Amino acid sequence: MTVGLFVPCYVDQFYPKAAIATLELLEKLGVKVCFPERQTCCGQPMANSGFAHLTQACDELFTKSFADFDYIVCPSGSCALHLKDHLHSSKHPEKAKQIQLKIYELVEFLVDVLKVQDLEARFPYKVGLHQSCHGLRGLKLAQMSELVAPAFSKPLQLLSMVEELEMVTLSRKDECCGFGGTFCVAEEAVSVKMGKDRVADHIANGATYITGVDLSCLMHMEGILKRQGSEVQIIHIAEILNAS
Amino acid sequence: MKDHSELSAIFNADEQRVNWHDETLWWIRQKRDKAVKTLPEWELLRENASQIKQHTLSNLSAYLEQFEAKALANGVKVHWAANAAEHNEIVLSILKRNGINRMVKSKSMLTEECHLNTFLENNGIEVIDSDLGERIVQLAKEPPSHIVLPCIHKKKEEIGELFHEHLGTPVGEADPQVLTEAARQDLRNVFLTRRAALTGVNFAVAETGEMVICTNEGNADMGAHLADVHIASMGIEKLVPQRRHLGVFLRLLARSATGQPITTYSSHLRTPRSGQQMHIILVDNGRSQQLGRESFRNSLKCIRCGACMNTCPVYRKSGGHSYQYTISGPIGSILAPNLDMKKHADLPFASTLCGSCTNVCPVKIDIHNQLYQWRQELVSAGYVDAKKKWGMKAMSFLFAHPSLFSWAGKVGRRLMTAAPYLFNNKLNPWYNQREMPSAAKQSFREWYKQRAKNES
Repeated sequence: MTVGLFVPCYVDQFYPKAAIATLELLEKLGVKVCFPERQTCCGQPMANSGFAHLTQACDELFTKSFADFDYIVCPSGSCALHLKDHLHSSKHPEKAKQIQLKIYELVEFLVDVLKVQDLEARFPYKVGLHQSCHGLRGLKLAQMSELVAPAFSKPLQLLSMVEELEMVTLSRKDECCGFGGTFCVAEEAVSVKMGKDRVADHIANGATYITGVDLSCLMHMEGILKRQGSEVQIIHIAEILNAS
Repeated sequence: MKDHSELSAIFNADEQRVNWHDETLWWIRQKRDKAVKTLPEWELLRENASQIKQHTLSNLSAYLEQFEAKALANGVKVHWAANAAEHNEIVLSILKRNGINRMVKSKSMLTEECHLNTFLENNGIEVIDSDLGERIVQLAKEPPSHIVLPCIHKKKEEIGELFHEHLGTPVGEADPQVLTEAARQDLRNVFLTRRAALTGVNFAVAETGEMVICTNEGNADMGAHLADVHIASMGIEKLVPQRRHLGVFLRLLARSATGQPITTYSSHLRTPRSGQQMHIILVDNGRSQQLGRESFRNSLKCIRCGACMNTCPVYRKSGGHSYQYTISGPIGSILAPNLDMKKHADLPFASTLCGSCTNVCPVKIDIHNQLYQWRQELVSAGYVDAKKKWGMKAMSFLFAHPSLFSWAGKVGRRLMTAAPYLFNNKLNPWYNQREMPSAAKQSFREWYKQRAKNES
């Protein structure tokens, strides 16, 4: 099995540690991983702003870079969901469709494809899990609080395998952090307020780390935490699952 | 005109008030959760409701004709209004014909949509809203900020001041029970003296020609039963085919709206009592147009429960008035652009696309997908500012050229480290209240290349 690693543009530039942890974790689990160098972005920043028609070149580049892998894994629920829902290639329509079926967010790949039962990881801290909306409600990584349906959580399933890690319970377990792509600058006031309230929930419940499957949300909350001078840190779930 | 973002910034100037607004609505979302979780069949009910509405919308003209025929046979006068102006004229003409210049009105979002009150007042007709929340915003000369809880933006002390001014309650009186009693006494006199009553319609049944009006206050019943002339205004999407379908919708409506098992009053009205006139106005006002928009037609399934507003973090933290449309929140943001794309171009962007609205919707409208789709439509139609357009073009160019992306990333990260003032300034809306992420010394792709080199 060869996995193509898709590292979202901003993770590549700002959070390489999360991508390195993803790569190392997959390799530790015996997966052959390849990072196609001509990859850039999933196209979501344009599409979510109403410019889906401008993502053609981006889509073609993605299709070309990733068509030949057995699976594509991405340490971001939002980017994975965008590709699953919207990737389109006019040059290679079939290849793009295949990609949509074999692209996975990291956590769902670990749980659903690799069926990971145990991990050698240790993280002796109190951790709050931020349920990023696209991973939660788009990829259904966990049960959504709005529905009348049995509970499950793929991220928690994995985090429960980490030694000495203590999860904190939040008062609003799956509320949006307010990042929302260009929303965070276009609707600055509401975005910041949403972020402040999320962060406050984690802090009030004693978290020293906030983790999640999407660095975009974590980056937003990090910006707020740092401005507040808080010592609470953000950390991508891959870094915890890869921690020893 | 200020847009949603600017009005939200004003709303957010008072953070304590935002917290109060947010928590009040979140409390209702929690009440809803508690209520729906008592029904193991909840998700099946939602699916049934969705399919009944889909079916009705797909056969709308036939059901409308069936409804009209039944209503006529029941002795009801049926009127058809293509738009808001026609609706308002019909109401005025009915009142004039009967020599009436004062009317009592129960809750009807459709009449808000048509701006009926202003129209009637300009034509010398006095209108008094009898729903308590609607009465409060009417006295305050404000539009409702929520479709189910019209004055949810007002604190009880502010309502006390308003009642002191208009209804003569003592200064400083803010006890909800006392204030409600004052409104009751005042409205009782209104009910007894008005010869015409206008009501909304929650559901209309095609097979019987009856309508169902749901209230907690019984005010629609008081109006309709006491008046000589009852006018019911309904959007053409309010139909259900058969009476038995009400069993699905009445179980969903109040649980979704407030967490109650059912509204206090679910009144079925079919025939006028002896000597009474009963009119039904079937209003289109953009609905057929929306029905013709493939991506958006299922927004017409909406039963106006307001659950999407209560769950929406953007709504809770920006307030209903920031939407500047009769129906605020997520559902309003997909309905409003249908009527006026240019005026409401800001609304589909007033969302993080978190998807909670879609999950609480009792008729399973995929609201967040439609918000995404409206963004595409609005940009294609040119309702987007030029700065954003050029920014997006530059971004898509960058992402189409991997070496340029790599190079720009490196230069950008170096600049962020060497000249942080270029980013950390007032022109950057991120930086206003948030720190910028720190630029990594080495991008992942640089690290990956180096690792390959080290290994070989």
